[in-house]
Amino acid sequence: MALLELRDVRAKYGAIEALKGISLTVEVGEIVTLIGANGAGKTTTLTSISGLHKPSSGQVLFDGKDLTAVAPHDIVRLGLVHSPEGRRVFARMTVAENLEMGAYTRSDKLGIQADFERVYELFPVLRERKLQAAGTLSGGEQQMLAVGRAMMTKPRLLLLDEPSLGLAPLIVARIFAVIQTLNQQGVTILLVEQNARMALRIAHRAYVLETGEVTMAGPAAEVLADPRVQAAYLGEG
Amino acid sequence: MLDTVLQQLLIGLTNGMVFALVALGYTMVYGILEFINFAHGDVFMLSAFVALTLCGALGLTEQSSAGALIGGLLLCIAASSVFGGLLNLAIDRVVYKPLRKAPKLAPLVSAIGVSFILQNVGLFWGGMSMKVFGGGGQAAAPKAFPNLLPATNLLGATSHVTLQPKDVLVIGASLFVMVGLYGIVQFTKLGKAMRATAQDPSAARLMGIDVDQVVAATFLIGGALAGFASVIYSLYINTVHYQMGYQNGLYAFTAAVVGGIGNIPGAVLGGLLLGLVRAFSDQFIGAQWQPAVLFGILIVILVFRPAGLLGSTAREKV
Repeated sequence: MALLELRDVRAKYGAIEALKGISLTVEVGEIVTLIGANGAGKTTTLTSISGLHKPSSGQVLFDGKDLTAVAPHDIVRLGLVHSPEGRRVFARMTVAENLEMGAYTRSDKLGIQADFERVYELFPVLRERKLQAAGTLSGGEQQMLAVGRAMMTKPRLLLLDEPSLGLAPLIVARIFAVIQTLNQQGVTILLVEQNARMALRIAHRAYVLETGEVTMAGPAAEVLADPRVQAAYLGEG
Repeated sequence: MLDTVLQQLLIGLTNGMVFALVALGYTMVYGILEFINFAHGDVFMLSAFVALTLCGALGLTEQSSAGALIGGLLLCIAASSVFGGLLNLAIDRVVYKPLRKAPKLAPLVSAIGVSFILQNVGLFWGGMSMKVFGGGGQAAAPKAFPNLLPATNLLGATSHVTLQPKDVLVIGASLFVMVGLYGIVQFTKLGKAMRATAQDPSAARLMGIDVDQVVAATFLIGGALAGFASVIYSLYINTVHYQMGYQNGLYAFTAAVVGGIGNIPGAVLGGLLLGLVRAFSDQFIGAQWQPAVLFGILIVILVFRPAGLLGSTAREKV
């Protein structure tokens, strides 16, 4: 059984149908990436999974359990976390408090302590700035904090929306290296990215979204080599 | 002259503390929902009626024994705080919660509606015949609240500055409650969840915070603060009136805006400032000019600091 399975998921904003029947799967241990143009429905796919924007029809199965009737704050407890686009850190709270909020649903003090260490080891800069307000961090540091905060929920599946957005190439490389490390440590990842090339390089499989529909799916290497993808998303002829 | 200044300082401080306590309820709810709970002042008023009724039921008067007075006072504070909290919570559940996703004017107008309804409840309550309700048979008349604390001057009978036990109570108890609130908001899990929700409700949800629960807790705490404030205010002023929530609520709301709406220390600062300006304006300019002087100064402050004294206009990095 797949860890995550979407069956014919449709989502609407008013009269506009943003998802026109998305079906996809994510297996345990994979990095799966969703690529596509702006407005293709990548972010809506993630919000439909995490419950921020409930689908109008279809099923979202996590571990075989349908999430469409589960409140977003309860979905986190099941081991699925969504790190949203634009980082959305709590700007007027400290770095440490942001990480604490990630552990909001947990009560295992020792485990939380260990995960603080784990996040600080992945991102040493967060340890240096732990008492600083998150709003004062640079964009790259905020993205690291957003990933760290998501890790504090102790997820089995991490949904990452545009982690590279607006960041310098060097920082993007750092973030992607960490995504791979997390995956090697056992976290399954569903990654939405504008930066298709980077995403396809680290992903196992990929789905291409166009105007609310899956138009291509397959192993990341194949998708990366596909001439249509190269023309549309990788800027090559 | 110095005596007069000291005296007005004291009066301003005590009044300001009450404004601050009520202002906290406005600002906490606004911080999370960006919504002004205009019925908040009337929760304050009805809580005062609860305390007054309790005093009547217990037969408390100035002549009661010291033990009975202290016990009664603590009971009044507990009952009014619980009542204020639960009433505020109930109003949110019944009226505001169904309107959470409605256009912003809908909950606002509903809040004004709830305010009028609660005032009528207060009027009805004041009309009920109870021996403790002084002020004649008129429902709308101010009711005498028994002076549960001795009216002695703690600075000595010869001092020109009057400091009564009730002044000490107002200032001491308010400080205690404010420090407690600060501790809750700053250090507890609930308090951190409240701050996170105020800053980004969607991100808070994604971290597993039950936003509805946080909102409910906020109404509960805000209402309890108003209930607490109503008892110490009634003790201080010695009257309870069905329109006391309207004026005090408006002042407290103004205090919250001047301090920076949504900002907890700002509400306290705004409340104290309002109390002090009011006291000095009454003394040196004249009580009849109070609203004009007070609100004139507040408008000037807002012109120069539109986000309030402690409100932030700085843009945060996205």
